[in-house]
Formats: sequence, C-alpha cells, structure tokens
Amino acid sequence: MMEVKASMAGSVWKVTVKEGEQVQEDQDIVILESMKMEIPIGAEDEGTVKEIKVAEGDFVNEGDVIAIIE
Amino acid sequence: MINKVLIANRGEIAARVIRTCKKMGIQTVAVYSEADQKAPFVALADESYLLGPPRVNESYLNTDKILQIAKRADVDAIHPGYGFLSENAVFAQKCQDEGLIFIGPAGEIMQKMGSKIAARKTMQQAGVPVVPGTEGGVASVEEALQIAKGIGYPIMLKASAGGGGIGMQVVQSDAELAKAFASNSKRAENFFGDGAMFMEKKLEHARHVEIQILADNDGNAVHLFERECSIQRRNQKVVEEAPSPFISEKTRKKMGETAVKAAKAIGYTNAGTIEFLVDENENFYFLEMNTRIQVEHAITEEITGLDIVEEQLNIANGKALTIDQDTLTIKGHAIEVRIYAEDPVTFYPSPGHITTMQAPTGDHIRNELAVTSDYDVTPFYDPMIGKLIVTGETRQEAISGLKTALESYHIDGIKTNIPMLKAVIDHDQFKAGNTTTAFVQEYYLPMIKTN
Repeated sequence: MMEVKASMAGSVWKVTVKEGEQVQEDQDIVILESMKMEIPIGAEDEGTVKEIKVAEGDFVNEGDVIAIIE
Repeated sequence: MINKVLIANRGEIAARVIRTCKKMGIQTVAVYSEADQKAPFVALADESYLLGPPRVNESYLNTDKILQIAKRADVDAIHPGYGFLSENAVFAQKCQDEGLIFIGPAGEIMQKMGSKIAARKTMQQAGVPVVPGTEGGVASVEEALQIAKGIGYPIMLKASAGGGGIGMQVVQSDAELAKAFASNSKRAENFFGDGAMFMEKKLEHARHVEIQILADNDGNAVHLFERECSIQRRNQKVVEEAPSPFISEKTRKKMGETAVKAAKAIGYTNAGTIEFLVDENENFYFLEMNTRIQVEHAITEEITGLDIVEEQLNIANGKALTIDQDTLTIKGHAIEVRIYAEDPVTFYPSPGHITTMQAPTGDHIRNELAVTSDYDVTPFYDPMIGKLIVTGETRQEAISGLKTALESYHIDGIKTNIPMLKAVIDHDQFKAGNTTTAFVQEYYLPMIKTN
C-alpha cells in the first residue's frame, strides 16, 4: 500500500484519476494549486487507486495524504 | 481632475499607491477580498469595500463589482496596480465607458502589447530588434516540431497571452517540445482564456534588462534608464538592480532611445516598461512590453529621485511631463529583493500564519510590505509578501547594505526565500556582476545541493 502525499499546502485544483483505476509510476493523481503555482502530485509506483481522500476545491497541508494506491 | 482613486489591487502595491495619493491630497478607496480583511492596505485607505470571496474571479477580477463600488464611492479614477486587471483592455474600456479615468494606457495600446505575438510584430515594424522566432501563433505540436528544425534548440515556448512565467518553458529536444506544447497551451487557456503559443530561440547566458518609460498625452516620452532583472526562479524575478552592472554607457543610451522610439511609435501613454534580452556582446532584443507599473519600479525611483506613481497620476490627469531626458541622471545604485512565502530550496509556496514579522530599518532601506505580525498568508494569491530595497553610492555599498538588512529581517511561522536571497547576494558571481538568467540554475541550485 502506498500513500500519495501533498508536497505543498494548497487547494486541489483537479483530481485526474478515479477510485479503482489502474495507474502507472509518475502518473498524475491530483493537481494542487497554491499562490498561482500548479503542482501535479504523481504516483510513486504503479498500482490501483484504492481511495482518493480529497475532492476538487479541498485545502490540504504539506504532507497530508491525498490518495492511497495498492 | 482626479480627487478620489479606487485601487483595484491588493498587498504592497495597493499600499504603495495609497501612499502617493495621500502625498498628493487624493482620497483613496481600497477594495478587498474576504481573505484580505486584515491586510494593512485595507486600513491605510480612506474608505474600503469588501469585494467578495477570496478566489480572484469573485474578488479582484470581478470587474462588475469593482465598477459598482467605484460608482458608489464616487471616485474619478481607478489605479490597477500590477497583475489582476492592470493589462486588461476590456476593463480599461469599461472604466472609460463609465466616465472613469483608467490610470494606464488606452485599451487598444494595451491590447496590442498584451498579445506577445502582436507585440513582436509591432516592435519589428518600429525598428526594434526581436529574438528570432515564429511570426505568428503555432497551431499544433506537428507545426511546432517543424518550426523547431529551423530555429534550433534550446527553444523558449511561450503563451502569447502569458505573464508571470505561466505557460512558458524552455525545451531542449523534440520530445520535450511535444510534451510541453500541449500542457502549456492548456495552462494558458486556463489562466488567460487564450491558449495561443509561439516559439523563440532561447538565448543562452542572456540578461534580462528592461527600460522604464514615461509618456504623456502630448507626445513627450522619456526613459528612466534600465533595471537588470536577470535573477529569476520559475521565470519570475527575485533580485533586481538599477543600473545594470553589465551594460556600457553606449548601450544604455541606445536601449533607452530605442525604448522611447518604440513607445512613441505605438502612441503609448503613462508608465510602461520595455523588456529586452541582452546577449554577451550587448546586443539587445525586444522581449515584451508591460503596460503598467511593475513590482520593481522602486529601484528606478531610488536612482532617479522620481515618484513613478505620482507621474502616472499626473499623466492620467492630462498634465505634460515636467522632466526631460537631458536633466535625468542616475544617482547611486539600488537593489531590490522580493520576499516570497516559499520554500527556499524547492520554491514551493508556503502559505500559513506569520507569528512575527520584523523588517529592517535605516537610512538607505526601503520596505514595501504586504503583511504584518500575527497575519495569515493565504494560498489564493501571489507568494510575494514584501520587497526590500537598499541603496548605496556604489553597487558594492548597496550589496553590503542589503546583506546587513537581510540578516536582520525576521519572519516566523512560514517558510520564506530569505535564505536564498542571502546566498545569492553573497555569491562571488553576483558580486562580480555575472547575473544572467541562468544564475539560479548555474550557481544557486548546485550550491544548495552541495550544502
């Protein structure tokens, strides 16, 4: 099991995958937006998206878990 | 006559405009979002009005609401600051339709310079050299790849409507170009509502040098010399200085004259800046024109003794320039550093609560601040929370004063780029004036990797 964490504080601009979806290494899971900067948060390894813990518009802090991949 | 001004902006530039208005006996109206209720600029204005929720579309870009407030507050003019609506030709026209003075150039001039593709053409026609690149927009990845064969890598891919580094990327190969084209075009579409892209040859080891101009409604125009803004991260400026430590008196004169010629050729009025890239042989090429006041205007004020906001207000009031080129001189040296709420290593934003904020003071120190102690820096806007400007008789004196000032700068609660600023200005290459647009990649990033 792998936790995908926010690398900066900001709001979730886009969730680019769905629960149950198969993802590849480095594939974008969400795109965070903060202070006019967009940062894609990707999967560190391939797997299946077990849970997405955020929705578009949510605010996350650095280190918060965004998704879980199995 | 302008008796009351609404400032359609926030942060340090709103406070800066209010300061000059007060000096000139002009009443001020601030507008603010819910996220900025406690911001210093709100309290500084004579009147302040809530615009709406934090998101820019519902607040600082909500033109209908801003114009409603302008009417309600009975202002004569709107100062747009920089960013937000400052280069929005439609808004400038709307102000005019409502009988309000927009403090800036006419909408049609703004439109010409707002599109980087159109601006390149206009400048070429005015005899200003441009960086080799595409003449028009690039429609597809296939076309981009074809054009790349002619220009040669590295190439700077740019959004025509871009600003603040958004939609801009250096690409080194076909593979990088193919990947970057679609994503940057999409990004530009999201941010600016225009996904048009163009391509320019990336000049290696170039410097970003810009010329501040002022032009009145009677056809008079002057330049206020140059600013060197080469030190950038994520294509956004971090350290700026005036004059440039690199260009010769001969090039300074030629660049200034070219900028004035370009401004006159397009019928420009108010304050504006023509940005150039300068290569190792002091050849300069038009990059873009900013039709507004800029973040770094303060260093020009410090070396010329002028108040650029006052000049903007006078021009908007229909007054002729009272300065001429022959009487303008450079006095001393000024350096500005932008204080960003961000991680100094990754450059990622760092919003949060500032518990303590102490800015240095002194004879040669100027602070333009957007925040105070016990203040929330929100994720909704640009990460710049202040500017520190230090002057000296010489560049060495300014660097030394800046070093001391940065050492006594104190911000607790969030990460800031102050450690980066200290490292940059203390670097031998910076001290030697070797400040190209590659400085951060060539010197700063390797240094932090080693440490």
